[in-house]
Amino acid sequence: MEAGTPDVVKLEDLEASRALTGRKHILSLTVENKPGVLARIAGLFSRRGFNIDTLAVGPTEDPDVSRITLTLDGAVHPIDQVTKQLHKLVNVIKIRDMEPDQTISREMALFRVQAAVESRAEIMQFAEIFRAKIVDVSRRSLTIEVTGTQDKVDAFERMIRAHGLIEMARTGEVAIGRSRPGQ
Amino acid sequence: MRAADALCEALKGEGVEHVFGIPGGANLPTYDALYDAELIHIQARHEQGAGHAAEGYAKASGRVGVAFATSGPGATNLVTAIADAMMDSVPTVFITGQVRTELIGTDGFQEADVTGITLPIVKHSFLVTDPRQIPEYIHEAFHIASTGRPGPVLVDVPQDLSRADIEYEPAEGPPDLPGYKPPTEGNIKQIRIAAKALANARRPVIYAGGGVINAGASQELIDFVASDKLPVTLTVMGLGAFPAPHDQWLGMLGMHGTRTANYAMDNADLILAVGARFDDRITGKLSEFAPRAKFVHIDIDPAEISKNVPAHIPIVGDARDVLPKLTREYRALKADGSRLDDWWRQIRAWQDEHPLGYEDSTDSEIKPQFMIEAMYEATEGEAIITSDVGQHQMWAAQYYHFSRPRQWINSGGLGTMGFGLPAAIGAKVARPDDAVVCLAGDGSLVMVCQELATAAVHEIPVKVFLMNNGYMGMVRQWQELFWEGRYSAVEMGPSPDWVKLAEAFGWTGLRCDDKRELKDSMRAALDSDGPVLLDVHVSKTENCYPMIPAGAAARDMVG
Repeated sequence: MEAGTPDVVKLEDLEASRALTGRKHILSLTVENKPGVLARIAGLFSRRGFNIDTLAVGPTEDPDVSRITLTLDGAVHPIDQVTKQLHKLVNVIKIRDMEPDQTISREMALFRVQAAVESRAEIMQFAEIFRAKIVDVSRRSLTIEVTGTQDKVDAFERMIRAHGLIEMARTGEVAIGRSRPGQ
Repeated sequence: MRAADALCEALKGEGVEHVFGIPGGANLPTYDALYDAELIHIQARHEQGAGHAAEGYAKASGRVGVAFATSGPGATNLVTAIADAMMDSVPTVFITGQVRTELIGTDGFQEADVTGITLPIVKHSFLVTDPRQIPEYIHEAFHIASTGRPGPVLVDVPQDLSRADIEYEPAEGPPDLPGYKPPTEGNIKQIRIAAKALANARRPVIYAGGGVINAGASQELIDFVASDKLPVTLTVMGLGAFPAPHDQWLGMLGMHGTRTANYAMDNADLILAVGARFDDRITGKLSEFAPRAKFVHIDIDPAEISKNVPAHIPIVGDARDVLPKLTREYRALKADGSRLDDWWRQIRAWQDEHPLGYEDSTDSEIKPQFMIEAMYEATEGEAIITSDVGQHQMWAAQYYHFSRPRQWINSGGLGTMGFGLPAAIGAKVARPDDAVVCLAGDGSLVMVCQELATAAVHEIPVKVFLMNNGYMGMVRQWQELFWEGRYSAVEMGPSPDWVKLAEAFGWTGLRCDDKRELKDSMRAALDSDGPVLLDVHVSKTENCYPMIPAGAAARDMVG
């Protein structure tokens, strides 16, 4: 008998794979750097009813190829169906559904926070704990740059909201696979 | 060479012989090039007609259908045909003119962002930004349209770029498209698992769709189901993929399918789907669809697998590759065919209890089902039949026993009224030696009746058998059954006089309202040299049964 197939396939033993994974997914797409590619991807998401949590677009080592990093909630969306639909777009070259423990992911965020004299020291302390940088200072506010995983940026955001968040800009995550030993 | 001439050369390089279309300002250079090119152009009377004709051409022949339109309204008029081709996976290339490059984005005269408008309804599209791209994009467009799961590809060509001078070299070999690698071969391990599951199934159903026809895998399907006495049902798009007069044939399934086919799906323990996509017209209420079944799903489009119904054994691949392998693997198992005996006893009981049927009139009145039976006899079951959308389409699906692929050309996914006449024109151009009959609805035909001129002027001898009940019949049926008989805007009234209209367009117009004369009228129409419209007056308020009410389960069929 051939390797990999059982001798007998009983119908009662067959199971369909589960559509929902229940966790956050980071999809890393390489796409041809051509006009309209982002519109095709955005259009696909809106017409199929998929919600993107974050989206980051940028160049790669190859000038003809761009990378699009998407995060999606696998508790709401069948990720398998999302990736298969994305694959149908002719300009999408490759899709990686990043394995959490095999992935380095980072997001950058800028926060402008109310910082009166009496709370300034405490905010700066928070920033230090999160290894964040103060990048701009005025009489009433501080602007802080934070880099890290989405969870870390979320945590910083929660902390800083209590102090009066004036404005926030987040990039959405970008990700890259961890190098394997010997690579 | 002028880019527009290169475009025509590139089309010829792809084997194109016929193009359907209408000229306008922005595609004037292309039409100027057409003046000398050895391409046969069929001048439609509305771009939607050109688009559906290209679809009919493609569906009848399996070759890529091509339609031209100018910018703005010309291009937007194509939209319905493009959407239709997307839903039914029809290999088509649509070439639109665009305003001059410097006008793009300025709301110029006859400007419309057609690549933007059609983004959700194309397999792919190209906006030409450099005239040298034109031959390359044409080559890529044909490759994409015709390989993998087929579909429509749009090429939008700004007017100034099609006038530019370029060097033309014929394209050779498959284009380099790093993001486009359609699967072909099915995974042999999965195929073996499917064969073994089937060998253990006691109540299997083979459920096949239009993908089998697109794959050219009808014979492979016939061979496969002959491995054992496997029961077969087809979707409305699949009709003809398996010969309807066949011992293992359960009839069409779905909303207006046979009770036998739907009950078999409802009771099956294994459903093997091939080239079909579990559309809502098939499943009815999804949560109650085939509750006892495990699913093998064979499709060339991986995204169709587990989209609506989770597959237990997914097989991505071309049906023409997968079915012979599955046949081989299954036969090698030497499964005991007698395990299906009880299942067949049950199927035969359903067939005996619920045959398709209708109450015929006792006078001269023509029942619509009778009309289809007469059409079947008058054409000896051999004609290519195109249809519009509605009751007549479903009756044709039920009562015209399609025996070969590409014999039945209809709009299954988008459900486009008015599809039939232009599709018949395209089919007749592709298959001039076949009789081509458009079975039209009166609500549908009036939407595209300008295409009567196309057939007359180009001497394309299609026949239109108009099932005239004076209503948009399917909508009337729904208003009767589900909207308390509140008939809102469904009556067609006495206009037009179809015989006079046909004659005005240069057709022969005939009328029949007596069932004793119907077959002779049909034969007269078929024997006549030119295009003929036969206006058949049928019962006005006959309903199409059986039926799964929308949102109900298959076992709850009515009528």
